[in-house]
Amino acid sequence: MEAKINKTHREGAVLFSPYDAGSSIKKALEVGRENILFEVRESKIKGRGGAGFPTATKWMLVAAAKADKKYIVCNADEGEPGTFKDRVLLTEYPDLVFDGMVVAGYTIGAEIGILYLRGEYIFMLEQLEDYLISMRQNNLLGKNILGKEGFNFDISIRLGSGAYVCGEETALIESLEGHRGEPRNRPPYPVNTGYMGYPTVVNNVETLASISKIITKGADWFKTHGTEKSTGSKLFSVSGDCKKPGVYELPWGTTLNELIKIVDAENTKAIQVGGASGVCIPKSQFDRQLSYEDASTGGSIMIFNESRKMLHVLKNFMDFFVEESCGQCTPCRIGNVKLLECVERIEKGEYTFSYINSMKDLSRTMQVASKCGLGQSSPNPFLSILENFKDEIFRSKENGVSHA
Amino acid sequence: MPDTIKRAPVSQQPFKVEKPQDLNTIGGMISIEINEKKVSVPLGTTIYEACKENQIHIPTLCHHPDLCIAGVCRVCVVEVEGMRTLQASCSFPITASIKIKTTSELVRKARRNIIDLLLSEHHGECYACVKNKNCELQTLAQEYGVDKMRYGHISAPIHEVDNSSTSVIRDMNKCILCRRCVRTCIDLQEVGVLEAISRGDKTVIGTFYDKSLQDVICINCGQCINRCPTGALYSNDPSDEIWQAIDDPTKHVVIQTAPSPRAAIGEEFGQPPGKSFTPELNTALKRIGFDRVFDTNFTADLTIHEEGTELLHRLKKALVDKDESVKLPQFTSCSPGWIKFIEHFYPEYLDYLSTAKSPQQMFGAIIKTFYAQEEGIDPKDIVSVSLMPCSAKKFECNRPEMNSSGFKDVDYGLTTRELGKMIREAGINLPELPKTGFDEPFGEASGAGLIFGATGGVMEAALRTVYELVTGREVPFENLRIEVCRGFEGIKEASVKLENVLPDYSFLEGVEVKFMVAHGTANAKQVMELLKAGKLSDVHFIEIMACPGGCLGGGGQPIPTSEEIRKQRAKAIYAEEEGLPIRKSHENPHVKFIYEKFIPEGPCSELSHKLLHTHYTKRGRYII
Amino acid sequence: MLVYEKNSLSDEIEVLIEKFGKERSALLPILQIIEKRHNYISEFAQQEVARLLDIHPVEVYSVVSFYNFLHRYPQGKNIVRLCKTISCDMAGKREIEEALKRELGINFDETTRDKKWTLEYTSCLGMCDQGPAMLVNDKVYTKLDPETAVQIINDTK
Repeated sequence: MEAKINKTHREGAVLFSPYDAGSSIKKALEVGRENILFEVRESKIKGRGGAGFPTATKWMLVAAAKADKKYIVCNADEGEPGTFKDRVLLTEYPDLVFDGMVVAGYTIGAEIGILYLRGEYIFMLEQLEDYLISMRQNNLLGKNILGKEGFNFDISIRLGSGAYVCGEETALIESLEGHRGEPRNRPPYPVNTGYMGYPTVVNNVETLASISKIITKGADWFKTHGTEKSTGSKLFSVSGDCKKPGVYELPWGTTLNELIKIVDAENTKAIQVGGASGVCIPKSQFDRQLSYEDASTGGSIMIFNESRKMLHVLKNFMDFFVEESCGQCTPCRIGNVKLLECVERIEKGEYTFSYINSMKDLSRTMQVASKCGLGQSSPNPFLSILENFKDEIFRSKENGVSHA
Repeated sequence: MPDTIKRAPVSQQPFKVEKPQDLNTIGGMISIEINEKKVSVPLGTTIYEACKENQIHIPTLCHHPDLCIAGVCRVCVVEVEGMRTLQASCSFPITASIKIKTTSELVRKARRNIIDLLLSEHHGECYACVKNKNCELQTLAQEYGVDKMRYGHISAPIHEVDNSSTSVIRDMNKCILCRRCVRTCIDLQEVGVLEAISRGDKTVIGTFYDKSLQDVICINCGQCINRCPTGALYSNDPSDEIWQAIDDPTKHVVIQTAPSPRAAIGEEFGQPPGKSFTPELNTALKRIGFDRVFDTNFTADLTIHEEGTELLHRLKKALVDKDESVKLPQFTSCSPGWIKFIEHFYPEYLDYLSTAKSPQQMFGAIIKTFYAQEEGIDPKDIVSVSLMPCSAKKFECNRPEMNSSGFKDVDYGLTTRELGKMIREAGINLPELPKTGFDEPFGEASGAGLIFGATGGVMEAALRTVYELVTGREVPFENLRIEVCRGFEGIKEASVKLENVLPDYSFLEGVEVKFMVAHGTANAKQVMELLKAGKLSDVHFIEIMACPGGCLGGGGQPIPTSEEIRKQRAKAIYAEEEGLPIRKSHENPHVKFIYEKFIPEGPCSELSHKLLHTHYTKRGRYII
Repeated sequence: MLVYEKNSLSDEIEVLIEKFGKERSALLPILQIIEKRHNYISEFAQQEVARLLDIHPVEVYSVVSFYNFLHRYPQGKNIVRLCKTISCDMAGKREIEEALKRELGINFDETTRDKKWTLEYTSCLGMCDQGPAMLVNDKVYTKLDPETAVQIINDTK
């Protein structure tokens, strides 16, 4: 059936709790920039996209930068396999996201916000544009927002064109500037030299939505959720072998065992945490916590039950990286091809363990020497699946000659 | 150097940290540790530079001193304490007191792995490669101890070799995607033929719609060849045909040699840059079997006569006849890369070009007409070869209009590198050869012709002649050194005031002749944009060379290239010219002789137009 | 391409340039609209865009070739993009794949002879909780089974 946008009743302590559209903007304009920065810092919120960089640091660097123009970019290029939380936020909670962008714009001194929406989400474009129009009508966007003299801010939406790597913030900026989505050298970071060379904050959709809550309800309230180092709650996109797939808001620190129960999964063998670029966790480690300090994730949770072949899963992931690598740096462009080749050779039973070891060595090089996060994390599923499921992969008769 | 950063996508721009003016200010110097040794470097130095300063060699592939930063090959990664991943030393500016490790296990393994990965996709069969023994990938493999193809090795070529171009051949089977050619073409030269195409494992360097080079707007400058670290780009080599002609007793094979190859060919034989081998080269060419060896500088002198006269005609028309259709400034036309550039990008301005042929083509025409007649040889039996620093000359000599004698003016354009190969094939070690002069009837040329090889040289030569022609006095510069024409500044601009002129040129009395010199097509583009904007109406004469540094940095010159190397070659050229007895084109006795005997009506006459001038083609930008 | 077609395409691109400006950053929005209207971005269109933005044609080509949703060669009037990522794969992508291939009589990355349909794979569509999913032009369809997938195709015809 055609996917339609209809707000379903969702339960959650932070993001999915009641919110009055525009309230965070109102509050922000009342308390002023300094206090917003203080609250954001106090909340200890880290980027929700997966990398986990402290949001306050980004904001403070851009707020302090001297420049003619500054930009706030909302990264809605949600391409990580198994992630769809931003889809839910944008279609059902656009108020949280866009209010968060306005707050960010106000705080860092930007007049333009850009939502970079992945091309695959074009179906929600019209609704989002309509929502922006209504914000303009309510003076939540435009000139002198909510009567605040001199605070002008507007948001435009730019569509991606089908490239996973554009979720990497510097690739995203390249794409906005009309280039191939190839990640930049860092330093400089976008906070210094971002869109069009100006200081730019790039935040994930969920991060900005969380900001709206932090501003309205305060950092202290926010910190009552989650763990010491991973504050607040997290949206988890759950898919795969479970009865109730979907987006769940859970506090950081939830264990995988708890999660399985919530989503009603049976005979679970493995959970891929963090999407294709994440790690695959076996049953024996289901007591691990979802948090920045333990099993870190941008929200993708894929569940595999006993019937699934992990080598097939791994092949699917490596296929993905071979195609989605931007192709500029050597380790990622060629390395992923070699890892895929390795998976295929294991499938056929044409391997030696010294070959497997050299591939693991190559993986390590890719992790440290690739230019951006894509190449640095693409060996994660390779390493974790080969390590955690070696019995299944190397001792099974199905994969060519048995080496048991 | 041109501003290479302007057009580059930000991904390829270095982090611009202003280097402090005064390094003694606080924060001007930063102390860092490299491999546990404390050193101090200026703020903003890249790790690569800092290591180089401290005698630590970091391997690189995508990095090139002429180009902006790419940071894509990752061979140069090093460990920076406290950072999760390794950092590309070419693109990492030092702004804090960091600790660097350049040979830790992690770094060594990464380097090896990356080189192995590159080798796995590089269909390089070294012994059958034009870059054998001069390949950066080969050198890296050797230096970093590659002992086996750990990640396999591609066994057969998968890309078709594009040898459609008269000048540049692309073999993408050897490409390692360092993108130096892309940066050269788009940023350094602003021609924009090559870019990265597709994504992921399918990424290749390609042209618009993967068309062959002859079908896109390549200007044949060959700068991409000079910067390719492997054998993926090379010039279209005619040496086999030349050998054949030499072996053929019915053929009279002559060669003209341009000044720049003579100042660089030593590099092909392990000599440091900056030494000319003109007389040794003459010997080598004779031993190879060329029947005559001529000096292209002779027609460079001729060019000065023709182009200078043409300029004076234009000035007269503009100043005396008030003819508004006269196009000024007049542009030089010696550089075939530049000609193709203007034909493509500024076809509406072709009338500004001097109609004089380049020295190569003038010589070609003279050889198959005057020389053939003098020597009693049928021009069809003459094989005329030119030794050029240039890949675009190969295109030029194949232009259909270049056939004054009814035959191709010049049959083969041979580059410095290709001749180096021929000399080696002949079992000759160039530097140890005895010296020989050029053959009659053209003999030695003037120093003015010689300095054509460096950017500004044509202008300097023209000034020496035109000034003296107009005023009857030598140019007022010490030892004839017109310093304003020299040096590698992207665009140079100066003027000379004409006073107390001879009666014939009274219309020039008090005129301030304004001239400009630009090298590299990126700078040419800037000049053209100024012209377009109407800002050059007071300029009279502009010299443009397509290649950075002028011909001495041409696309046929020895590899590697860098500004330092080009400076050395320029030095060699200027040094050689000061030692010559004749240093002004109009004093070249052979040129006088040619005009008297062969073109009695003089420069820009009807016969001279037939032989020594040409016309241009409006090509435009549209790619069919 | 016929002359009048070229002229109308040039006019069309000029209008787009007026709307989005001459900055390089206008490139992708312009290409996206051309793609949408013509199902691909022709050689001529790429050169026109390059000319009007004052960049090189190969730069436009390079960008077009980078993004999955931009095409260098003509595609069918309708493009079906079936998600091939693991969640959809486990939810039954393969049956949908077979059904689509049979129904249209082509393989993936091919276009029907009547130029009506092109089949493509795509990476994750962000519909993992409702897989298998596919994108037909701008619309997302989820929880597919072979019959509904074919039905959708027939309804779109």
